[in-house]
Amino acid sequence: MNTTQKPIMEIKDLRFIYPGAAQPTLKGNNLTIYENQITAMIGPSGCGKSTLLRALNRIHDLYPGCKYDGEILLRSNTTGEMNDILKLRKENEFIKLRQQVGMIFQKPTPFPMSIYDNVAYGLRLSGIKNKGELDGRIEKALKEAAIWDEVKNRLNDSAMGMSGGQQQRLCIARSVALKPKVLLFDEPTSALDPISTAAIEELISELKKDVTVVIVTHNMQQASRLSDYTTFMYLGDIIEFGPTEEVFLNPREKLTEDYITGRFG
Amino acid sequence: MGGRLFKDFSLFSATLSLFLLIGIFAVLFSYAQASLHEFGFNFLYMEQWEIGEDDEGGVFGGYIPIIGTLLTTLIAMVIATPLAMGIAIFLTEIAPAAIIKPFSIAIELLAAIPSIIYGMWGLFYFAPIVQTLFGGNGVGLLTAGIVLAIMIIPFMAAITRDSMNTAPDVLKESAYAIGATKFEVIKDIVMPYSKGGIIGSVILALGRALGETMAVAFLIGSVMAIPQKITDPTTSIPVLLANNFAEAQDLEMSSMYYLALILFVVSFALISMAKVYFMRKR
Repeated sequence: MNTTQKPIMEIKDLRFIYPGAAQPTLKGNNLTIYENQITAMIGPSGCGKSTLLRALNRIHDLYPGCKYDGEILLRSNTTGEMNDILKLRKENEFIKLRQQVGMIFQKPTPFPMSIYDNVAYGLRLSGIKNKGELDGRIEKALKEAAIWDEVKNRLNDSAMGMSGGQQQRLCIARSVALKPKVLLFDEPTSALDPISTAAIEELISELKKDVTVVIVTHNMQQASRLSDYTTFMYLGDIIEFGPTEEVFLNPREKLTEDYITGRFG
Repeated sequence: MGGRLFKDFSLFSATLSLFLLIGIFAVLFSYAQASLHEFGFNFLYMEQWEIGEDDEGGVFGGYIPIIGTLLTTLIAMVIATPLAMGIAIFLTEIAPAAIIKPFSIAIELLAAIPSIIYGMWGLFYFAPIVQTLFGGNGVGLLTAGIVLAIMIIPFMAAITRDSMNTAPDVLKESAYAIGATKFEVIKDIVMPYSKGGIIGSVILALGRALGETMAVAFLIGSVMAIPQKITDPTTSIPVLLANNFAEAQDLEMSSMYYLALILFVVSFALISMAKVYFMRKR
């Protein structure tokens, strides 16, 4: 493990229970997310990987009754300190958190507005009103999401008319525009065809220059191609975490090996 | 064989609705002929509704009931629309899970109450309140408009709530994920997403308010006079039709068909406008 890499998020003994559930979905997870690295979360359905991902920007809190226990630390831009995001309570604190820790979903989720306004939306919410600045940030974000050339002549068209792959890149542009520290991807290519998937994967590899990426995926090839670190989860526990090469070529745990070689899952 | 039968049956059902529409229009139009010939389009501006000597002929104009219908409907819509939106937003986005169910059931039950009950309640309980607050005789435009609003609110709220519920969670989550507040998600995601359903519910409610007879008959005063104040009594198209049908003959009857035709055309035009609006938007 390279010692120069700095942790940007640290998850300490995290337990999580959905409202009304008898068993916790996460049973005391420990994990470090390294800055400007891609961390993949793999594991069979129901292992808790999406639940863990959704805890990292507290999107669970949109629904009442979820219970957390433990700590999720996020490094502050200004002080460099690690602050516990589970201590946040107010709506404006959540907003700041989610602007720093963005999220891309399984299915593309363009808003029912124009391509331009989709990207402008988050920027306007964060207080940017100046047209020139908006234009600049939007162009930059669309370029970073590798979709500028396809949409530059139709920025005022509805985003609903784009293909699935384009919509997903638009959603990435929308998040990137806010200059987040961390981007969470929840199976971002599972609804896309192979060509769009390849484009998104290439984009994610490019993005890691600027942001830290955490990606949940069902696709083990994708995890091994894309990520620097891999976490294998099973039944709410983190079974193994390490550099992707080690996890895939030389797993420490029998369970990891069985999953990766396709013996279950 | 079964498939063929089913196909024919569904074709028949679908065609039937079209023929009913045309048939009703044709009946209204032909029965209104005498009045149409006598008064033409002036009917729309004439204020008299007077039967001639010996029940022969007379002068009939639709101005007062038309104005009465439009004003009661307007009052009802102005009151009902914001309240219904508020209820729908509360039930879809704000209310805690435990109270959504009882509230929704209450609203659906309110929508199911027969209009005559609203009329009686309005006349005996609500009209005196309006009288104390705003003056007038109790019955009149304002009372009719408010009770009409109360009648269409549950209807509008229920349809709006259903269409707001179709806004996908993941779309709302993605707005929250880029830092939107609850208010911004409602305003920028939920409302635009369910715009079609919202406008649809407003138009359906409008149609119901325009044609409502029983409740308004209790509350509007049924007086053939142009209202000078909002609390004045007047009449509306359906109320005039219901009150006069039993005795009307010849030209008066034909004039009532003329009024019915106007109501039909206005309702039809409203819904067509809404359809055209939606098609252009999509």
